[in-house]
Amino acid sequence: MLGRKIAWHGLTLVATVLLGGFLCATLVRLAPGLDAEESALDPHLSSQSIHALREDRAEQHNVFRFYLRSLGRAIHGDLGTSISLRQPVSSLLHDRFPLTFRMVSLGLLMSWAAVMALALSVACVRSPAYDLLATVLAGLLLCVPAAVLALLSVLWNVPGALAIALIIFPRDYRYARNLLDKAYSLPHIISARAKGLTEVRILFWHVIPVVAPQLLALAGVSVSLAVGAAIPVEALCGLAGIGQLAWQAALARDLPLLTNITVLVTIVTLLANSSADVIGQVWRGQRA
Amino acid sequence: MSFWRKFACAVLMLVFAVSLAATWLAPAGYAKQDRDATGAPPSREHWLGTDELGRDRFARLLYGTRISLLLAPAAALVSTLLAAVIGGLAGYLGGAWARTAMAVTDLFLSLPWLFLLITVRAMLPLNVSPTFSVLVTFLLLGLLGWTAAARVLCASASSLRNSDFVKQSRAAGIHGTRLFWIHVLPNLKPVLYAQFWISIPAFILSEANLGILGLGVAEPLPSWGSLLKELEGIVSLGAEPWKLLPLALLVVVVTSFQLVLSKSHEVAA
Repeated sequence: MLGRKIAWHGLTLVATVLLGGFLCATLVRLAPGLDAEESALDPHLSSQSIHALREDRAEQHNVFRFYLRSLGRAIHGDLGTSISLRQPVSSLLHDRFPLTFRMVSLGLLMSWAAVMALALSVACVRSPAYDLLATVLAGLLLCVPAAVLALLSVLWNVPGALAIALIIFPRDYRYARNLLDKAYSLPHIISARAKGLTEVRILFWHVIPVVAPQLLALAGVSVSLAVGAAIPVEALCGLAGIGQLAWQAALARDLPLLTNITVLVTIVTLLANSSADVIGQVWRGQRA
Repeated sequence: MSFWRKFACAVLMLVFAVSLAATWLAPAGYAKQDRDATGAPPSREHWLGTDELGRDRFARLLYGTRISLLLAPAAALVSTLLAAVIGGLAGYLGGAWARTAMAVTDLFLSLPWLFLLITVRAMLPLNVSPTFSVLVTFLLLGLLGWTAAARVLCASASSLRNSDFVKQSRAAGIHGTRLFWIHVLPNLKPVLYAQFWISIPAFILSEANLGILGLGVAEPLPSWGSLLKELEGIVSLGAEPWKLLPLALLVVVVTSFQLVLSKSHEVAA
C-alpha cells in the first residue's frame, strides 16, 4: 500500500514536471523576440554563417521538437543559457540555490515554532481574550502584503528568514489553531481532562497523534508558501538567491531562466507535499 | 449580521464612495506634477504631501484605491466563473473529465502563486500603456487564480451529482446541460459566493506585491502596489508617517473584506 503510494507520487511528480516543462517550453517558444538572434547582426559574419544561424533557429519553430531538444539537453545537465546574465542556467541555479534553501528552511523552522507555540498555548489556556489577541495578530499580518514585510525587514535590519517566517506564520496559524481547537473538543480528550490527566500527557498522547497527519500536510503546503515568499524577500533585501534571480529574470524577460526556475521550484514543492503525504500515511498506518 | 460584519461593510462602502469621488476631492488628478513641491510634506494644497515627481499623494491614493477596488472584484469574477465552469463541470461529469481537470488544477497548484504570476507577466511586454498594464495585471490574476476554487467546486459538484434530487431529475428525463444549469449550478451558489469574496482580498494583495516588485500597473497610473513602492525609500517609520497611509488603508480594506466573510461563507469555502 505504502509502496504504491510512493510510486503514485513519483509518477505524479514526473508527469507534472514533464507537463510543466512542456508548458514552459511553449511559453519560451511563443515569447516575442525568440527568433531574433543578436549574433546575426555581427558584421564580421559571412552570409553563409548567418544562413546557418537562421536554419538553426528555424529548427526550433516546432514546439514539440523544441521541447524534446530542450529535454534532451536538460537530461545531460544543460539547462540552456540565461539571455540577460549570459551565463549557463545550471551554474546560476547551483550558485543561488544554497542561500534560498538555508533561508527558506530557517524561515519555516521559525514560523512553525511560533505557530505551534501560539496555537498550543491558545488551545491549552482557552482564554477568549488570549485567543482574540492571537487571532488579531495573525489577521493583521495576513493583511500586509509579503513585499511590505520584506521592505520592513530591510528597514529594521531583520534577517530575511524572519521576514519569510512572518509571511508564512498567519497562513499556517489559522489552520493549526482550528485543528488543535477541534482536537481539544473531541470527547475522549474532554474525558481525559476530566480524569485529571496532565496537559503534557494529553498533548503528546491524545492530541498530537490525532492532528499530526493534517499538520504534516499543512507543513508540506507551507514549503510552497515559503518558496513563493522568497521572491519579494530576496528581491527587496538584496539577497542573491533563487527568488532574486526569478525577479531579475522577470524584469529582463529572460524566459529560459525563469521557466527553469519555475520547474525547479515545482519539483521542490511537489517533493515537499509528497513527502508530507507519505509520512502522514505511515503515521496513520502505524496508528491503525 | 454581526456588528463587526456591518461595520466592515460600512468601512468598505465608505472607502469605495470616497475613491469614486476622487474626481471632485482631488481635481488636480493623479498625474499632474507640482515641480516646485517635489517630495513635499503634507500641506493645505497637498493633504498627504507629494511624491518625488511632485504628484499629489492624496489624489494618487484615491485613484489607486478606486482602481484596486473596481478591478479586484472584476478579476475575482473572472476566476470564479472559470472555477465554476472548469471545476463545476468536471465534478458534474465525473470520470475521466474530473481526473483530467483535477490533474491540470494540481499542476497549477504545485506552482507557487507568485512564481506563476511573474512567469506569465514576464511573457507579456513590460513597456505597455498604463491602461493596458492595469488590465493585464488584473486579468492575469483572474485567469490564474481559479485553481483552488475549482478544486472546491469540483468536490461540491461531485457530491451534488450523486445526490437524490439530481438522480430523481435524471430519472424524470432531464439530462446534460439543462440538468447542470437548472439543478447543479444554482446549488453551487454559496460556494461560488464564498470563493468570489475570498478572491478579492487575495487579488488586492497580489497586485500590491507585483506592484512593489515593479511588475504591476505601469506609471503614471496609481495602484496600491505602486503607492507602496514608495516605502522602499523610507528611512524610518516615524520620519514620514504620511507615507504609511496607503499601507494603513490597504490593511483596513483587506481586514474589512476578511470580516465580511461570514462563518457560513467560511464553511462553504
